[in-house]
Order: sequence, then C-alpha cells, then structure tokens
Amino acid sequence: MTSLVRAGVLSCVVLVAVVLQVAVFSMLSFEGVVPNLALVVVVGAALVRGPQFAAVLGFAAGLALDLVPPADHVAGRWALALVVVGYLAGRVRNDAGTSAAGALVAVAACSFVGTSVFALSGMLLHDPAIPVGEALHVIPVAVLYDVLVTPFVLPLALRLFRRLQPHQVAY
Amino acid sequence: MRGRSDARRTSEENRPSRLVLVLLLVACFTVITLDARAGVHSPVDPVRSAAGDVFGPVETGTAAVVRPFAAVPEHFRTTAAMRRDIVDLQAKNSQLRSELAGSALDRNRAAELDGLLASSRSTGYALVPARVVAMGPAQSFSRTVTIDAGRGAGVRPDQTVLNNDGLVGRVLRVDRSTATVLLIVDQESVVGGRLSSSMEVGFLRGRGQVGGDARLDLELVDPSATATAGDALVTWGSRHGAPYVAGIPVGRVASVYASPRQQSTHAVIEPYVDFSTLDLVGVVVNRHTRSDRTVIKADASAGGPR
Repeated sequence: MTSLVRAGVLSCVVLVAVVLQVAVFSMLSFEGVVPNLALVVVVGAALVRGPQFAAVLGFAAGLALDLVPPADHVAGRWALALVVVGYLAGRVRNDAGTSAAGALVAVAACSFVGTSVFALSGMLLHDPAIPVGEALHVIPVAVLYDVLVTPFVLPLALRLFRRLQPHQVAY
Repeated sequence: MRGRSDARRTSEENRPSRLVLVLLLVACFTVITLDARAGVHSPVDPVRSAAGDVFGPVETGTAAVVRPFAAVPEHFRTTAAMRRDIVDLQAKNSQLRSELAGSALDRNRAAELDGLLASSRSTGYALVPARVVAMGPAQSFSRTVTIDAGRGAGVRPDQTVLNNDGLVGRVLRVDRSTATVLLIVDQESVVGGRLSSSMEVGFLRGRGQVGGDARLDLELVDPSATATAGDALVTWGSRHGAPYVAGIPVGRVASVYASPRQQSTHAVIEPYVDFSTLDLVGVVVNRHTRSDRTVIKADASAGGPR
C-alpha cells in the first residue's frame, strides 16, 4: 500500500468519525453531549503507532472538528486539544495498549484531558466565556459517554491502524 | 534478533518526538491567533466556508439516511405510555386555550401598533423550510446546528429561525447548501424579548443547556417592571427584522426573582421549543426571495420556486 493511499484512508476515517459525531450521534445525545469519536480514533492511533503519528492525526482530526459545520468557535482549539491527547496517549501506550482495561482507562483520561484543554482554551479566549460550573457539568458526562462507546469503536480503530501500519523491516 | 529489533523499535518510537509535537503546537497556536485576533474578517473564514460547502451536503445525506432509524423507538411505545401522553396533551390543550383567551386583548392592541409601524412594510413573514441535519456537541460549549438550506435557498446571515413551537435562533453563516444557526440557548445569544401581558421589554440570554430543562434568563429594562409566572414572552424585534423579527413566541415565565443588589428584575424563561429534538424549522426571509424550494407565505399561498 503506498503512503498516498494510506493517507487517503486515514483522512477518510477521521472525516467519517467527525461527520458521524455531528450528524448521527446528535440524535443520541445526552444533554447535548455526544461521544467524541474523533478523540477515540486518535487514542486508537496512539496505542498502535505512538505519540508522533497520533499527534499529527490529532491535529488533522481537531482541525476537522474546528471547521466542519456547525462548529462556531475559534479554529485550532480542538486541534490543540487532540494534539495533546495524541501525544499523551502515545506516551503511555506500552502500559495502556496491552489490556482492555488499560485502553478504557486511557480513553477516559484522554477524554478528560481533551475536553478540559478545549474548555480552558475557551476560558482564556472568552470564546464563549464558559462558566466553570458548566464545564464541570459537561466534562464528566463527556468522559462517561466516550468510555461507553469505546468497546464498539476502539477495537475497530485498532484493527484498522494495525492494518494501515507500514511493514516493519527487521534488521 | 527479533527481540533486539522490537526493543529498538520501541525505543525509537517512544523517544519523545519533541520536534513534531512542538511544530504541531505552534501550528495550533498560529491558527487560533489568526482566527481569534482577526475579528469579523478572519483568514480562516474561506477555509471554513469551503469545509461547509463540502461537508454540508455530506451531513445532509447522512442525516437523511439515519432519520428513519431515529424514529424506530417511537413504534415500540406501549399503550399505557400513549394513554399517558393523551392525558398530558389534553391538559396542555386546555391550558393553551385559556392562555389564548387571555392574550387576545394584547394581541389586538399589538396588532394596531404593528399596523402603524409596519405600514410601509409588507405584512406577514415568508418562511424557507429546512431540516436540522447536524448539531454541535455540548463538549464544544456552543449551541449551534446545521440546517439543510443555504445560499441557494435564499437564506442569508442574521435571519430569524423558528419552528412551529416558537423561536429557535438566528442564522450565523451561510454556505452553498447549508447554514449554521445559533440557538437562543447559547450563552453568546442575546434576544430582545417583550412580555405579552405588560408589554415590558428585556434582554434574554441563554444558559448553554439544550436538554428538557433548558432555561433562558430575562433581564427587564425597566427596573420597576415585574413579570408573573406564566406570562408569555415574544420577540421584541430588531431594526429591519435582522437578526430577529418581532412577535415570535419564545417561551413563558417560569419564575421571577429580584435582588436589591441588581438594579433590574430577572425572570427565568422556559422556552416553547425543545432544542434537543429539533427537526423541521423555518427561516424568515423577505417575501420576494428567490429560492430553490417552495417558500411558505403568511397568507397561506405557497410561492413556487422562481
């Protein structure tokens, strides 16, 4: 598989996750919170491929979340959050990538960090001026929902990223 | 051999890829700065608009595929639940009937004033029908939705969006075939409201919640004015009807509180619209708008696509 095809498939996966998140899961939202599929995909990439790859993928997925309608916040905020998520998840992959429970904990931690980074950047930029109370209300629900969809989404993502991995040359 | 190559691989990939990380973070901060500092004409806007042109139809298509499945749970509701619904609806119906009787007087009074003010304007609103195809996640802390009507349907920024329950929001941005709507429950949203019983005006702000317990805060302009629970609130209306046209029902007063520290009366408004299940909405447009779909006119004559 050439790297061009691989890049095409990767961007398709990210964009499908983003579109599903806004157009399909909005019908299953709990108090407006939907599972952050893009974040779960980035964590999956981190567990398979490591921090560098996941940070780049996180940047792309975050920009998509920032630009695809109906997003209406300062662009780059989700990109920042998902770069941080991809990097952190990649750093702990030797501990989290081995067991199902470890992966769940990784997703929960990443969901907490990602949503918090996004909320904090909003507080700094006043875009919108998020009251701390609302952030504290939304973040636990978001973490819970992300953990709930992980058993369905993460194995698919892991399998896909393993397949898309360039073959390792033993030397 | 294999053990060694594995160890080497792990050490290589686990070595903090600092340079890439730093570059990505710099890129993020650059985009944020460009977009946040530029104000109205952001250099990110063309990209946003291009993304809207491409992903708007994708979202519309996805929502069209999923919509039938979203209705499936409705088929499995029990008779008991339906019976309970009928009782609820009957109660609501009689309540609405009594509200209507009470508001008739105000409506007559308002109609006279409206007639004077709007004598030069054509009366009645024309609506472009649209469906909600995507909803922004609560994690993004802004309450926006995408509707499947865009530039081609005659939708423009700063137009009023409503549904058959009441006011929904206003159009923020328009792409080729979709538009982004800011819901009135968003924290950045401010709507001029008028209490239909006392004609007092005030400013209505969202709290950022969309669920069944969504509430809005009304601050009355006249500090001596009061509101009573159950009062209906309608839009006050802006100059030239942008962003909000006048007289659209918004909600009813749920509770009132006044504190001596604050110089005005505050009321909590329960919106008529259920924002978590938004589907069919209408965008208020000029009567003579050219649109690729049928424009619904107030005088019940539907103008075909022109």
